[in-house]
Amino acid sequence: MIRRKKHSIIGEYAIQAILFLCGILSIIVTLGILLTLLFETASFFKEVSIIAFLTDLEWTPLFATKKFGILPLLLGTTLTSLIAMFVAMPLGLLSAIFLSEYTSDRVRRYIKPILEVLAGIPTVVYGYFALLFVTPLLQRLIPSISGFNALSPGIVMGIMIVPMISSLSEDAMYAVPNSLREAAYALGSSRLQVSLKVVIPAAFSGILSAFILGVSRAIGETMIVAIAAGQQPRLTLNPLVPIETMTAYIVQVSLGDTPTGTLEYRTIFAVGMMLIIFTFMLNIIGLRLRKRFLGLYR
Amino acid sequence: MIEIDLKRLLKKQVVGERIFLSLSFLALIVVLSSLIVLIIDVIADGHSRLSLQFLTGFPSRKPEEAGILVPLVGSIYMIILTGLFALPLGIGAAIYLEAYAPKNWFSSLVELNIANLAAVPSIIYGLLGLELFVRMMGLGRSLIAGALTMALLLQPVIIIVSREAIRSIPISIWEASFALGATRWQTIRHQILPLAMPGIMTGAILSFSRAIGETAPLITMGALTYIAFLPDGIFSPFTVLPIQIFNWVSRPQKGFMVNAAAGIIILLIILILLNSLAVWLRNKFQRRLNW
Repeated sequence: MIRRKKHSIIGEYAIQAILFLCGILSIIVTLGILLTLLFETASFFKEVSIIAFLTDLEWTPLFATKKFGILPLLLGTTLTSLIAMFVAMPLGLLSAIFLSEYTSDRVRRYIKPILEVLAGIPTVVYGYFALLFVTPLLQRLIPSISGFNALSPGIVMGIMIVPMISSLSEDAMYAVPNSLREAAYALGSSRLQVSLKVVIPAAFSGILSAFILGVSRAIGETMIVAIAAGQQPRLTLNPLVPIETMTAYIVQVSLGDTPTGTLEYRTIFAVGMMLIIFTFMLNIIGLRLRKRFLGLYR
Repeated sequence: MIEIDLKRLLKKQVVGERIFLSLSFLALIVVLSSLIVLIIDVIADGHSRLSLQFLTGFPSRKPEEAGILVPLVGSIYMIILTGLFALPLGIGAAIYLEAYAPKNWFSSLVELNIANLAAVPSIIYGLLGLELFVRMMGLGRSLIAGALTMALLLQPVIIIVSREAIRSIPISIWEASFALGATRWQTIRHQILPLAMPGIMTGAILSFSRAIGETAPLITMGALTYIAFLPDGIFSPFTVLPIQIFNWVSRPQKGFMVNAAAGIIILLIILILLNSLAVWLRNKFQRRLNW
């Protein structure tokens, strides 16, 4: 009897240890990502100076005369993300207000799954849509736009991010206590006034965190821009010409047969490093804001 | 005098209200209709290529003869292998965090880290997989290396959904089991997991459907875009459906665009099937487990 008990206690500890390992795997993965990127980036910077990397105006690692200025790629990512947020923020926020303040639970139950479908569509499908539907459409409106451009993938990326922004902002508005709304109504406010002057300010940090997480998503989005934005790193804010984003560059190199261990191969890790620095910062700010906000009204 | 002003004010408010309402309604309509347009566009472009020959054909340089058998089989292998790795790891971590983890700075670090990992761009996992599995562990650009990469990508998502499923089980079940003298693991094994399983599986299937559509990490870790044979084991090179679609979209010939659209239709059908399975699971078990 006693022996059996001991056995089961050992078993308990063994299982706890295994589960603990599963739990800290995420920490190991994070460290793995950081170490991988650091290691390869460090060997990259042995051959290319950081100053050239950050200030050079050209990115041509795959050409005969190699230039390693990240700025064109950074600007490409900024441009497509800006366009995406320009589309996603108003659409997402307005949908969230509509769903949270103007509809019944029943309508919401029908609409939210459709929004989830939109979020679940593979990005390669959005890429196809951008290249073969939105770009031709834009070409009819703006004849000077080229076949590959920042505008079309930016818009499509915005549509893709809407469900995320709308559902995160709606959560935030939902968390605003009803007593605040009731108080405003009791003072004679209209629904519009309640939405704009009570609910949105009260849910502001939650909505802001939705926007920040949306930006992070846009920066990391790969396939849409790889398909529809082109592969020409260019220092421009013109949305009508082909550009290249950081993510699209990584895909471009991965598709070619660049041998491992070469400088060209290391560039994708250096670019990945930039990518993760930006998204990590945005994610942590966004998640912190969100956590603090959700705790605010509990 | 005062009355008139009030009327005007009210009217102004009502107009503002209407404009705002139609604006937000319009926003929702724009979003929902873009989904419909997308689906109609893809079906219109690709339906003519759908045939048995397309489903069972091997790649070809002529778009009319090319098929998607190799990437289709690759995707199925990939998802099964990924599940084998990601499910135990994800559920294990979720159990640890819900049932064992002490409330201290380390646990909250793990928690923040998981939320953060779930938001890391998927292409970064491709870089990790390339360095860790393909190069350091010498697995090459094989199915297993791809599946391990995808498992790391999915783990945070599976942890998050599993934790929600475990947390939805009332504390009374835990207490009843402990009161009968069960250990922590016995309680988890015999009471909590069976009850949480439908929720976990629903979430897991939804995350699999995300994995089926993932392209960037697999391209980055080096999955090939052109393979003329079926994978013959876990160390075989492979390609998956979204990569094949990407490959067709990037070609200049018009015929391949039709193939890409047809491939997208197949991909969307698979996703619809998976999602229906998840919804069915949720409904089936939700009714039985009503407390």
